[in-house]
Amino acid sequence: MNLAPPASPDTTLPKHRLRVRGLQSAHARPFDLQLDGGECVVLMGRSGSGKTVLLRLIADLDPGSGHVTLDGCPREAMPAPAWRRQVIYQAAEPAWWAPTVREHLPAPDSPQTLQGIARLGLGPALLDADLTRLSTGERQRFALLRSLAQRPAVLLLDEPTAALDAASTQACEALLRDELARGLAVLWVTHSPEQAQRVGHRRIVLDRAPA
Amino acid sequence: MNVITLHASDLALAALLVLANAGVSMALKLQVHRQMLWAAARMVVQLLLVGLVLRLVFRAGSPAVTVAVALLMIAAAAREVAARPDWRLRGGGNYGIAALTVGVCSVATVVLALLTAIRPQPWHDPRYAIPLLGIVLGSVLNCASLGLDGFFESVTSRRAAIEAQLALGHPMREALSALTRASIRRGVIPIVNQMSAAGLITLPGTMTGQLLAGMDPLESAKYQILLLLLLAGAGGLAAGGAVLLAARRVTDERQRLRTQRLVRAGRRLP
Repeated sequence: MNLAPPASPDTTLPKHRLRVRGLQSAHARPFDLQLDGGECVVLMGRSGSGKTVLLRLIADLDPGSGHVTLDGCPREAMPAPAWRRQVIYQAAEPAWWAPTVREHLPAPDSPQTLQGIARLGLGPALLDADLTRLSTGERQRFALLRSLAQRPAVLLLDEPTAALDAASTQACEALLRDELARGLAVLWVTHSPEQAQRVGHRRIVLDRAPA
Repeated sequence: MNVITLHASDLALAALLVLANAGVSMALKLQVHRQMLWAAARMVVQLLLVGLVLRLVFRAGSPAVTVAVALLMIAAAAREVAARPDWRLRGGGNYGIAALTVGVCSVATVVLALLTAIRPQPWHDPRYAIPLLGIVLGSVLNCASLGLDGFFESVTSRRAAIEAQLALGHPMREALSALTRASIRRGVIPIVNQMSAAGLITLPGTMTGQLLAGMDPLESAKYQILLLLLLAGAGGLAAGGAVLLAARRVTDERQRLRTQRLVRAGRRLP
């Protein structure tokens, strides 16, 4: 396991994939961010500092004001679902709306999905298991596969490995590293300084009282 | 038709049954006697008043008076639809939804029936229009409030699941579809039950009334069929309308889920 900080993003990948200027709401002070393709920025800060609020604002799940662009295209210029399909927010406790995982994946039997399942130490049989019988950690890993299956340009991860053991955490980080190499941009909320060290090219610390 | 007139003493005899009920409630500490007696007293006063008012309205036979009474009935039903759900939209949103669905569904159904099937002279004769509106409003009220209550309840309890779909780029319509369908279904269940049970398990109210008033059983059955079909139509429209309007109110132009617009109302006695 390579514990050295990750190499800088590939310079051939798109610059300024995600650009956030003055994004704010009644619950969040103005925020600026630039995220290049292949870049992983770690977002830290104590509980209540507004990390989740910020991710939800960027995904346009909550109303706010400010300027947000994806590859130069302003958010308002595209329908909200199109924006959210490319800038995917993954909640800390991912919710499910159907009885089994299979119904949540666009192509549950595709080679990519099956490969992801194997890489994260999950079995394909779990695809058809009742979701309530899966462990929290299994559901969290499936949530990551569910997000990646949409092939997003930007992934907003809210503590994606909080419920995972060390081996599963490493598997998730490795999988995301490969996606980063393909041009994905990641904004990753974590409370673990070690994880921040392992995965982040840059680190932003939200240290402020809730507005 | 040979109507058997009831006297006050006949009603007093029936009231004894309610008093007996209250007595049982006190003996068994069921704590429903107060509600039971209060409801019975309310019912007596309300119905006598309505009888009195309708007598005046029927005698007047003026379209203006009929319209005024109809509006009053619609407003009362709409108020009930808005107040019944456990959740309220901020800014009185429930009232807007209720007024629109109750008003449109009941008036459309009643006018259709008066102009096509029943055809009294004149078509707005209060003797037909008012009772018809009353029974249609009862059904509309039930269906719309059940649908609305079911929708608000599920949209708040399944908020995380809806937002999980939105976050993956699903359109709001798709994220809400299972919920809206279930809520509309829940709204129309009473009318479906009413139709299935009609005649076998219960003798519906209108038919009972007409039989007591001396009408031929087959004629009164036809009346009841017409009414139940009207109730089903109006109820289905009302449940669907209320739920779809509510779905619009919990979302915005960027297809976000805005459950902050909902507040839980204080629970009321059933």
